[in-house]
Amino acid sequence: MATIHIDGKTYEAKAGENLLEAILSQHLDLPYFCWHPSMGSIGACRQCAIITYSDENDTRGRIGMACMTSVTDGMRVSVEAPLAKDFRSTVIEWLMENHPHDCPVCEEGGECHLQDMTVMTGHSMRRYTGTKRTWENQNLGPFIGHEMNRCITCYRCVRFYDEYAGGTDLAAFGSRGRMYFGRFEDGTLESEFAGNLVEVCPTGVFTDKPFAQSYTRKWDLQSAPSICVGCAVGCNVFPAERYGDLKRITNRYHGELNGYFLCDRGRFGSHFVNHEKRIKHAGVRTRSGDYEFGDVSNAIKVAGATLRDGAIGIGSPRASFENNFALRELVGAENFCTGIIEAELEVIKTALDVISRQGIVVPSLKQVEDADAILILGEDIANTAARTALSVRQAVRTKSFEMATDAHIPTWQDAGVRGHAKSEKSALFIATPATTRLDDIATQVTSGSVSELVAFGSSICTKIRSSTASSDDFAGRVASTLRTAKAPLIITGSSLQSIELVQVAANICFALQEHDQPSSFLFVPAEVNSVGVSLLEGGLSLSTALQRMEEGKAAVVLENDLYFRAPAESVDSALGPGNFVVLDTLENRTAEHASVVFPAATYAEQTGTFVNYETRAQRFYQVFNPQDEIAPAWLWLSQLAETLGTGATWESYASVLDQCAEHTYSQLREIAPSSDYRIGTTSRIPRQSHRYSGRTAMNAQVNIHEPKAKVDTDTPFSYSMEGQNPGDQNGATIPYVWSPGWNSNQSVFKFQQEVAGKLAGGDPGLRLIESNGAQLQYFDVETPELSRRDGSFEVIPLHLVFGSDEMSNQSWPIRARVPAPFVLLSQQDATNLGVKSGMGLKVEGITESLEVQVDSRLPSGVIGLPQGLAEIPQREIDRVHLSVDQEFVVRTNVNPEVIAKG
Amino acid sequence: MSLQDTKPLIGRVQEVGGLVTLSDYEAGGGYTAAQKGLKQMTPSEIIDLVREANLRGRGGAGFPTGVKWGFAKGEPQTPGYKYLVCNGDEMEPGTFKDRYLIEFNPHSLIEGMILGAYAIGAEKAYVFLRGEYHEPNRQLARAIAEAREKNYLGRSIFGSDFNLDLRIHLSGGRYICGEETALLNALEGKRGQPRYKPPFPPASGAWGRPTIVNNVETLCNVPAIIQNGAQWYQDLGLTEDAGTKIYGISGRVNKPGLWELPMGTPIRELVDDHAGGMRDGYKLRGILPGGASTDYLVEEHFDLPMDYKTIQDAGSRMGTGTMILMDDSICPVDMARNLQHFFAQESCGFCTPCREGLPWVEELLADIENGNGKDGDLELLDQNALYIGAPGNTFCLHATGAIEPLQSALKYFRDDFEHHIKHKSCPYRKS
Amino acid sequence: MSTVELISPLTDAERNEIEAEVAHLPDRESAAIDALMIVQKHRGWISDESLRAIAKFLDMSAATLDGIATFYNLIHRQPVGRNVVMVCDSVSCYVMGADSFAQKLQDHLGIKFGETTRDDCFTLLPIVCLGACDRAPTMLINEDLFGPVTEDELTEIFSRYS
Ligand SMILES: Cc1cc2nc3c(=O)[nH]c(=O)nc-3n(C[C@H](O)[C@H](O)[C@H](O)COP(=O)(O)O)c2cc1C
Ligand code: SF4
Ligand code: FES
Repeated sequence: MATIHIDGKTYEAKAGENLLEAILSQHLDLPYFCWHPSMGSIGACRQCAIITYSDENDTRGRIGMACMTSVTDGMRVSVEAPLAKDFRSTVIEWLMENHPHDCPVCEEGGECHLQDMTVMTGHSMRRYTGTKRTWENQNLGPFIGHEMNRCITCYRCVRFYDEYAGGTDLAAFGSRGRMYFGRFEDGTLESEFAGNLVEVCPTGVFTDKPFAQSYTRKWDLQSAPSICVGCAVGCNVFPAERYGDLKRITNRYHGELNGYFLCDRGRFGSHFVNHEKRIKHAGVRTRSGDYEFGDVSNAIKVAGATLRDGAIGIGSPRASFENNFALRELVGAENFCTGIIEAELEVIKTALDVISRQGIVVPSLKQVEDADAILILGEDIANTAARTALSVRQAVRTKSFEMATDAHIPTWQDAGVRGHAKSEKSALFIATPATTRLDDIATQVTSGSVSELVAFGSSICTKIRSSTASSDDFAGRVASTLRTAKAPLIITGSSLQSIELVQVAANICFALQEHDQPSSFLFVPAEVNSVGVSLLEGGLSLSTALQRMEEGKAAVVLENDLYFRAPAESVDSALGPGNFVVLDTLENRTAEHASVVFPAATYAEQTGTFVNYETRAQRFYQVFNPQDEIAPAWLWLSQLAETLGTGATWESYASVLDQCAEHTYSQLREIAPSSDYRIGTTSRIPRQSHRYSGRTAMNAQVNIHEPKAKVDTDTPFSYSMEGQNPGDQNGATIPYVWSPGWNSNQSVFKFQQEVAGKLAGGDPGLRLIESNGAQLQYFDVETPELSRRDGSFEVIPLHLVFGSDEMSNQSWPIRARVPAPFVLLSQQDATNLGVKSGMGLKVEGITESLEVQVDSRLPSGVIGLPQGLAEIPQREIDRVHLSVDQEFVVRTNVNPEVIAKG
Repeated sequence: MSLQDTKPLIGRVQEVGGLVTLSDYEAGGGYTAAQKGLKQMTPSEIIDLVREANLRGRGGAGFPTGVKWGFAKGEPQTPGYKYLVCNGDEMEPGTFKDRYLIEFNPHSLIEGMILGAYAIGAEKAYVFLRGEYHEPNRQLARAIAEAREKNYLGRSIFGSDFNLDLRIHLSGGRYICGEETALLNALEGKRGQPRYKPPFPPASGAWGRPTIVNNVETLCNVPAIIQNGAQWYQDLGLTEDAGTKIYGISGRVNKPGLWELPMGTPIRELVDDHAGGMRDGYKLRGILPGGASTDYLVEEHFDLPMDYKTIQDAGSRMGTGTMILMDDSICPVDMARNLQHFFAQESCGFCTPCREGLPWVEELLADIENGNGKDGDLELLDQNALYIGAPGNTFCLHATGAIEPLQSALKYFRDDFEHHIKHKSCPYRKS
Repeated sequence: MSTVELISPLTDAERNEIEAEVAHLPDRESAAIDALMIVQKHRGWISDESLRAIAKFLDMSAATLDGIATFYNLIHRQPVGRNVVMVCDSVSCYVMGADSFAQKLQDHLGIKFGETTRDDCFTLLPIVCLGACDRAPTMLINEDLFGPVTEDELTEIFSRYS
């Protein structure tokens, strides 16, 4: 620690950190642009100028950049000195010379860091009279808008996109006063983290393109703290609404998880909430096959009749913990199904067992970034849990920070650290079937069929255990690296649905433990609540449930398109017409056959809990009131219980939560404050900003009376602008970030204990499983049967960040990025079959011919089939035969909806 | 007595009357210093000798070369781990000394680099050469090939266990690449943007390794120092500073050119004796003493000796020691515009004051020159000069250098600026 | 998705020259500027197609390489004539009348700075100080340095280039 004097006042700061961070950590105001809490300092913008004094006798001092100055004990600085202020306002004056002043038509207006800093420095009079430079913009694809004239050349975009996120198709061009940031040519930004440019850019150069389609100013958005439903990481997000539409998603800072960044599936994957296929009314299927809407009580009656003789409850890994719980209450634990197929459920349960063993550490993403040796076994995390891959990208920099420290380069001096370490990286070993988007930073990669990967993992484990571990081969090299690392980490997941893979990954952790090594185990489940639903005791697999249905049992299907998860044949034969009820948000194939459908709320329209890969339970809050008859599933289930006279009934979210916590995990009550939590003694937390406009007029076309704000009995929030969002409240209850003078997302530092640290009121969520003290015990991994090569091909499921997730696939911006159906083929097999990338193959059991994509890493005898594409139906993993389709014409994935929306 | 005794840098060029070929160079005692250094001296002894000789960097900043080498001292961790880089970028307007040295005496640079590389323990060295320097490139490339042939470069030089690989990197052309850290980025094949210091290149330079960057003229001084000793070198200078300096003069003098003269030769002597005085009808008004990025000196300074300290005390810098003369036919406002055009063009675009401030300054100057100056423009110029120019306000010293001639022009020729604004025209324009 | 990329493949000579540079550098990307200069020497300028080919050859992205190419003054990202005339516009030449010389030169060639003569023979560009200030005003045609040049010599000088 160090004591520093800022404008005559004394503060405590961390010695060696940069002064800008120290100043912001005190919640003082100091303008900046190029510095970013996650990316460090480069000293480009010169905005963060302060005066430093050599000692107490020095009255003049000199201008220095706070972001490039190390905190030293006893140092004296001034933020407020006239010289510093004048210099800072001159910097704005320079930046504004060429700025178009187009705030009224700019998507950033009202939450623009450049606007904020301009006002903060006091620069208001234009003195530059020259001609402004202008640029042509690029079409950067469906996610990101581009308006180069607004650029202030802070270099944040390229630093994030290239250096932080590993992208290669965005660059800084030109020099002097003519710097351009964009692509080599028009085209979609390739990185799955491109969306962060919207938040990283301090002005309106890179903007949220889908949001711009039906735009609303930040101050007119209503939002609440929520959890991304894109995958099992559980990134914290702010969904924002206006006029009943979910307008956009922005990052909600979480110190342990997502930090400042989201992936594009999360940011652009929520437009399903506004989908025209939303189920908005309870409907009863008539003889003609159509649904009849309008009579809720009849729907409940018919549903009651369907379920009268007992039913299976098919839950869902995408439904909240509470909704799954409510379903279990309705049908009874013995009839409750997780909605996850057998193979995957077994994998998840095995992983949960491993997590509960003594000494096993499940790293948060922040902890992932500190790992110095990582083995990824089987899971293509850039596709299945993209945010995790971004953290792994930072972890390989661990070595560069060590090198920098040895060379006395402060770790925040970003260009210095990168320049000094060059391509030196911490160890990252990747063993996956095919190429991954982390291969570029891997120390070494290997490919294999599932059984080969299991064998590889076993070999690593054996080598760690044997005292004569040598690094003569790849497995040996991995073994010795993990054994000597300070913070080794093993990552695996459920996407290959191989229980053996998870077992060997666990065995490696156990082996490390035997050598007194720390052992971190990161297991990537598939969906937002895969872990939560699996933690509900007694949950059956979907496979079992379908079998029971086939035997004649009725069912309630909760937020689950069974065709998305189980092979069509088995779903077809299980779903007899009229023997099941569906509660869901969008029309889908499963709902088509139901006797009754109930309109369920999406995550944005209800309050609940999801449990992420760490077993961290996190609360998400209702953002806005759903339209029509849409209601949370638990409310429908409660009504069904009432009709049936079985199970429990609830009136409020609080009562479901209460009972749920009592019957499952009591921590669920503590993960976020209860509905009577208040700021001070009386203030609720407002979902709407203090500048929310049009509240008396926004419904004028329907009703000229100001609608009464809905009273929220479920949460501590208000559906109005009344209340307080002070910043230091419980970290789970921040509905948006905004602070005086700081209208942009940069205001988040006012909500943190220190820059990039914990939220002032704590990072949200609690882990449901901490070690239960059970000792490690090696899994007896069945010696995998090596694949036969009989002319057939082993099928490996491929997960795509855009295309393999049920709900984000229904979000129109994401649809524009879902590839045309393809089959991944090894180089050798492609040669044998006489095909090349772009040609067509017929895959046994799939009607449409698929486009060949040759992968340089895929082993021969194995093909990859993307999951989640409509043209490639869900199937059991099996072996198939291939034949060449000579007539094949490449399909470009033209999505009419996207074209219509421009 | 040979010319080389008083002119170690280009005495031999004068003796042979042009290009010093390998045999010319050897005949004049060439490569004996390298042999002596490698066979009879330890690296530390060389560094100590250079430090004692008080050789100061000729690239502009005048940093003591021996001290700089000392920062990279020590055994190389792995053979060839460090780098020696010769800065032959020479894009400072008004500067033409390094071109001359490379073009006419390339072996002296090579010999200096052998000694420098040996002293710091580098087994790989680069000459970072201006892309427009085609003839120097040809001569240097040929000289390197000859030296390799003779095993002055390559493995086990002079039978010692020292190896040196010397390469030329041709620049893609940017003034900023002369700044040593930008140079390193350019050498690595990247955009030539400067790097933040620390880390300084001797700690982390090219490809993250310890690197010493020296100017061409600096390195050319080394063989004679090794050969003749520190005292001899110190004695060459007329004032406190040691050695000789290549002075140059451009502008309306009778004989523009370059001369190797003792450090501390007075300005008046340079202009009148060596450059043959001003051309008829022209009067000397101001001097940029060390290239475009130095403050003007005026009448009151013309009798000063040209050495680091004196010129600094006079409010300017020795810089490269190549002077640009402004005569009384030149409009100081227009000359300032020309200078700022250069600096704005050559800004790398990284930091705000330089990238956005210099073009504004250029526009203001153009407006004033073209009769469109307004009240307040001088204050705007003053403010820009103050905030762009103070070292530390910008990321590197490019902008600081840019402002030096401007702020001194505003000081010494303020009447001219005011006249332009008041009369809305330039009094120097003929028509 | 497969997009057809326009690449004009590097010639053997270009490849060999680039590989010779790569051979003494720590990695391929470090040869970016050398490679651009080599290809430009053969082709006169760096087209988008050439740029893609170089990027591919050096295992780097076209965006990164273009970021480098557009930073440097001597790399032409637009077509130039058979001969490139560069006229110094820096201070020593300025003092010696470079501005009026430049004007006469433009008149002589009938083009402005940044333009190419209609017969593709000359492209005229400004350049910073050529390091021959004692010979001001100076100009560089391809690899040949001229200075001091007077208006009268222009016809003769330009006649040497075709
Ligand atoms: C904008 C700028 C341009 C420079 N250009 C050159 C140059 O062309 N040649 C040179 O030797 N030094 C140049 N320098 C100085 C170098 O940064 C560095 O100080 C010098 O090469 C060190 O060599 P020395 O110690 O031998 O003088 C420049 C500095 C700046 C700030
Ligand atoms: S002062 Fe700034 S913009 Fe100018 S050259 Fe240096 S770093 Fe680049
Ligand atoms: S934030 Fe400090 S220089 Fe940009």
